[in-house]
Amino acid sequence: MATTEEMEKLQRGRSGRGRLPVVVAVIVIAVILIAVAAYAGWLFPSGGGKAKVTLNGAGATFPCPLITKWSSEYANMTKSTTIPGPQVTVNYNCVGSGAGVSQITRRTVDFAGSDAPLSPSERAAAPNLLHIPETIGAVTAAYNVAELSTGLKLTGFTLAEIFRGTITQWNSPNISADNVGVTLPARPIQVVHRSDSSGTTFVFTSYLHLVNPGWTASLVGKAPNWPVGIGAQGNAGVAGKIQTTPDSIGYVELAYTVANNMKVAQLKNHDGQWVSPSLAATAAAAAALASPPPPDGDWSSVSILDAPGATSYPIASLTYLLVYKELNVLTAMDGTKAQSFVNFLWWAIHGGQDLSEPLTFPRLTTGLVTLNEGAIRSITFNGQTLNPT
Amino acid sequence: MHALRILRGGTRARLSATPGDLVFEGLSTLVALSVVGLLVVITVILYLVAQESIRVNGLRFLTDTIWDSVSQRFGAAPFIYGMLVTSGIALLLGVPVSLGIAIFLSELAPPWLRIPLTFIVELLAAVPSVVYGLWGIFVLGPAMRIYIEPGVQSVLGFLPLFQGRPIGSDVFTAGVILAIMIIPTISAVSREALLAVPDSQREAALSLGATRWETTRLAVLRYARAGIFGASILGLGRAVGETMAVTMTIGNRAAFFGSLFEPGQTIASQIAGRWLDASTPLELGALVELGLILMLVSLIINAFARLLVGRFLRVGEGAE
Repeated sequence: MATTEEMEKLQRGRSGRGRLPVVVAVIVIAVILIAVAAYAGWLFPSGGGKAKVTLNGAGATFPCPLITKWSSEYANMTKSTTIPGPQVTVNYNCVGSGAGVSQITRRTVDFAGSDAPLSPSERAAAPNLLHIPETIGAVTAAYNVAELSTGLKLTGFTLAEIFRGTITQWNSPNISADNVGVTLPARPIQVVHRSDSSGTTFVFTSYLHLVNPGWTASLVGKAPNWPVGIGAQGNAGVAGKIQTTPDSIGYVELAYTVANNMKVAQLKNHDGQWVSPSLAATAAAAAALASPPPPDGDWSSVSILDAPGATSYPIASLTYLLVYKELNVLTAMDGTKAQSFVNFLWWAIHGGQDLSEPLTFPRLTTGLVTLNEGAIRSITFNGQTLNPT
Repeated sequence: MHALRILRGGTRARLSATPGDLVFEGLSTLVALSVVGLLVVITVILYLVAQESIRVNGLRFLTDTIWDSVSQRFGAAPFIYGMLVTSGIALLLGVPVSLGIAIFLSELAPPWLRIPLTFIVELLAAVPSVVYGLWGIFVLGPAMRIYIEPGVQSVLGFLPLFQGRPIGSDVFTAGVILAIMIIPTISAVSREALLAVPDSQREAALSLGATRWETTRLAVLRYARAGIFGASILGLGRAVGETMAVTMTIGNRAAFFGSLFEPGQTIASQIAGRWLDASTPLELGALVELGLILMLVSLIINAFARLLVGRFLRVGEGAE
């Protein structure tokens, strides 16, 4: 019985009657695909009238809100036909400084963002990378303790002891000594740190090392071996983890603490003043930077941590765009793209700076802008200088 | 019957070897073999990338407890430990529940309930793991921190396993998420195993005067135990390799933990959290070596489970 049935089925299939729905389905799918492709501009790339250029970057999450804003603004600006040149789309993948450096070293992106300057060994692996500081950031100590309002006073020393796991209670003598009159809860501190390789971590651990000898050099880096704590991914992840974990403390970039309305600690700065993190306090720290190295030089020792000045916020850092001085080392580069690239960089350190303050990033100091102008002018493609406009 | 056999086994008893048939046969053989080839290629490439780490770390990789990219020292022990503990919790919590579901579905449930319930349990397996992870962060994590973990602690707090302050993103939470995720797998396969027990077994037990529970326990469960064991191992295979939901709930701390209320890390979650950052060949190699270990463990577990389940189901069918 089964045999004849199966044979019949087979023959029906072959005769073509049963195939009609399949054919119809294939045609429908093909039509949909073509329609989507045409709509998305895959078939006629120049459909909009203006050529398009895409720049790819990856790296630090610290300047991520700013670069994302730049990319949308710049795409809008260059879309207009009154501005010569192609429409420029900048894709910046906020994956963390460590990932950014490893991607620019492998030349899989056009530029990288990093909060930490290249270490001598990283510089050797990726020669001729320029450091272009594009903005300044501050790392805040953010906490979530129901009884406490914002502005708890912490010294850098105490902060390091908390992250080392030697101060474990909110009402420990070290904390209460600096906060007379504040009732501190007798509960354990939950430390939150980054789980990925991060420039924010590098800045924060460098500061702890600077102010507390107990925080050894072996604990300074983008992904140190944390003595205690819960790990979370990215600045946004740490901010989220602090907000969902009672009695927690973690370190988060200023823009993220403001955006999430988090409680942040006041820190004691180099001059012995208590300072809350703010744009002005961050800018004050950057103004203390005396003589930066040339853009293609060794930036590994540049630091504005624990900067002098009564109003300077102590955990501040430059954050860098890393760009190859000779762009032809990138396989996906051509003359038009290189020109668009330097134009974008030029705009970022000039017009782009107007977008900084609403996003809680301070403007670059004039000294840094001048330095960056020289850096961008020195970028070449096949040996030809590109005149940024 | 004969004609059908020829149709199905057409490769050897070829009736009409038209060119079309030959092309089709060649193509499908190629596709089938390429899967095997892919596995080999993946293993070889992983091995090549991991070579740097294998050369530098050697066997110490398996026992070293420190993962520190500052000093470029990499050890896998905390992650192997984390993987074993979370999978252990998952099995401990998941197997009894799954077995209950399987017994209910195969022995007790009335037919009108059986089909929709089976469907729903199997639907749980189709929920993407990132959704479980989100649920773990926003629902299970806080619930664990506020209710479940303090509750467990008040009863079992004297054990070192349940000491410390509950934080909700810890090894225990990850274990519970995994338990929920492996329930559909274990209960579906266990149910198959129970259904494969011949009715003659049940009838024999009943005719000896056994109660329903005694029948289930003596005749059905005992008969199906290899299948149930295989089902649990299949669940283990899923728990071991689960990445997203674990990364989102385990607290991501690359160190040993004494209490289940501390954050930890598994092999899979460590790879997921760190692959983007690996900036030196050694660190990349160490991550890939972790991947090799995970692949090896999963392959062994799955092969073992399939062997058990397959053999059992064949025996069951044969007896019928």
